Amino acid sequence: MEMSTNPVARLQGAVKRYGALTAVDGLDLALHPGELLALLGPNGAGKSTAIGLLLGLQRADAGQVELFGQDPQRIQARRHIGVMLQDATLPPTLRVRELLRLTASYYANPRVLQETAELATVSDLLDRPYGKLSGGQQRRVQFALALCGRPRLLFLDEPTVGMDIEARQALWTAIRQLVGEGCSVLLTTHYLEEAEALATRVCVMARGRAIHEGTVDELRARVGVRRIRCISTLLPETVAEWPEVADVRVEGGRLQLTTAEAEVVVLRLLQSDAWLRELEVQRAGLAEAFTELTRDAAASSTDQREAA
Amino acid sequence: MDTLLSLDAAAGTGDMPPGRVFGAYLAEARSECLRYLRAPGFMLPIMLFPGMFYLVFGVLMGRAEGTDATRYLLASYATFGVMSPGLFGFGVSLAVERDGGLLTLKRALPMPPGAYLLGKMLMAMAAAAIVVLLLLGLSQIAHVTLTPAQAGALLVTGMLGVLPFCALGMFVGTLIKGQGAPGLLNLIYLPMSFLSGLWFPLPMLPKVLQQAAPVWPSYHLDRLALAAVGMRQDALLPHVLVLLGFTAAFLVLATRRLRRYG
Repeated sequence: MEMSTNPVARLQGAVKRYGALTAVDGLDLALHPGELLALLGPNGAGKSTAIGLLLGLQRADAGQVELFGQDPQRIQARRHIGVMLQDATLPPTLRVRELLRLTASYYANPRVLQETAELATVSDLLDRPYGKLSGGQQRRVQFALALCGRPRLLFLDEPTVGMDIEARQALWTAIRQLVGEGCSVLLTTHYLEEAEALATRVCVMARGRAIHEGTVDELRARVGVRRIRCISTLLPETVAEWPEVADVRVEGGRLQLTTAEAEVVVLRLLQSDAWLRELEVQRAGLAEAFTELTRDAAASSTDQREAA
Repeated sequence: MDTLLSLDAAAGTGDMPPGRVFGAYLAEARSECLRYLRAPGFMLPIMLFPGMFYLVFGVLMGRAEGTDATRYLLASYATFGVMSPGLFGFGVSLAVERDGGLLTLKRALPMPPGAYLLGKMLMAMAAAAIVVLLLLGLSQIAHVTLTPAQAGALLVTGMLGVLPFCALGMFVGTLIKGQGAPGLLNLIYLPMSFLSGLWFPLPMLPKVLQQAAPVWPSYHLDRLALAAVGMRQDALLPHVLVLLGFTAAFLVLATRRLRRYG
């Protein structure tokens, strides 16, 4: 209960307009100590604007924005946050060590350089100029800059874009460690597996609003769609007429059904087709749940594909 | 519950000891200086053009006309040389950093207010000092006799004289994003230098241009630089005031645009 009264970051009825476009439209969002909230949504859903409001980069046209109970434009509030933005070109002639020192100097009680470097696995890069690093290495350095101030809240905007699998795994490990130490994280990502792997809570945004908030399992359950695959002599058109079946496709000679009532459909399949083979029932992944959720809300179907 | 208590305690102490805040300003200035002094693409043109022009027109060709011409051109080329770290150091870097997201990141981080601009300002002053020292060195080839006080006065004039151009560069940097900035800045830099008599002494220019010269800040800085090397005796205060006003005006315009459009 205290948790809900003391969020580390909060948007309440926040509205932000750019001319005729309402990027954030009455958004409520609360981030509690020690949790990792993944902010998901198609492009243009308002995720970046929501983060911009929380970082004090923009002012809300209406509603409340709080960071540690203060206005995020106050530097005292921002001394508790670490930030990794989607695209920030850092000075190419500065060495990684110098960048870390500079960023750490902004904070009251930063980590020592060695600790930061180990957490973000950049120890081997310290003496190299930033401009000479590969894209993945640069992302690691940006992550190191985000955590060097010993923040209580970490903003990670698409942190693993451009990273190879190994680097991504290392970053996930580091994020888990930070969350374990009580650090809160606000993560936006296009990789739903990333949200699945890390998030304690997921907030799905569309058109500037939160259309779903809950744990990853709740998000899946809310959609409750399952997928049935089998090799059958039944015609797709026949199966499509069954009331429980939401969608029928044929893929590689297999029938693929989407349904909310898998048990009923499986029973009927077995009754109707004695030759049915290779039956599989799968719970929909976060990707399907996500697509389902945003289908109605999103402006155009192309946006959804990009996000899913 | 424990985490809550410590969280509340920390939220109350978002303040930093003054020593650390000062350290942050220092670190920012140090980084700005390091990154640009290390970038040959920035430092070479800034040093090369005034140095080369002065060597050719001042030292080699000016010798025929006596050391007074060389002395006169020392002031003019010092002015010309000091303009570019201000214009380009501020204008190009601001335009590029607004485009590349660095400014956004810095605004999100708890960087002390003004540290970003202060750092760039100190960097421009350091670069200006380097240019003036280079020209002073070249002037010794042509045996221009300067008292230490005169050399010092020119150095100080150059280091402070960079500030109006920082303000102008900053304003241009808020108008344009990314790689378009150098072109636009050259369109300001080169004609302005010519029109304020930095390349050819003003009396050699058409009457109209001579009369219009006081419009340009570089004209006023040139007057001060000439006085520093002992070439003029008239009142300095009006020129200083014009430069101060110019700096203030563009600083206000630029900060307003920065605040409004980021």
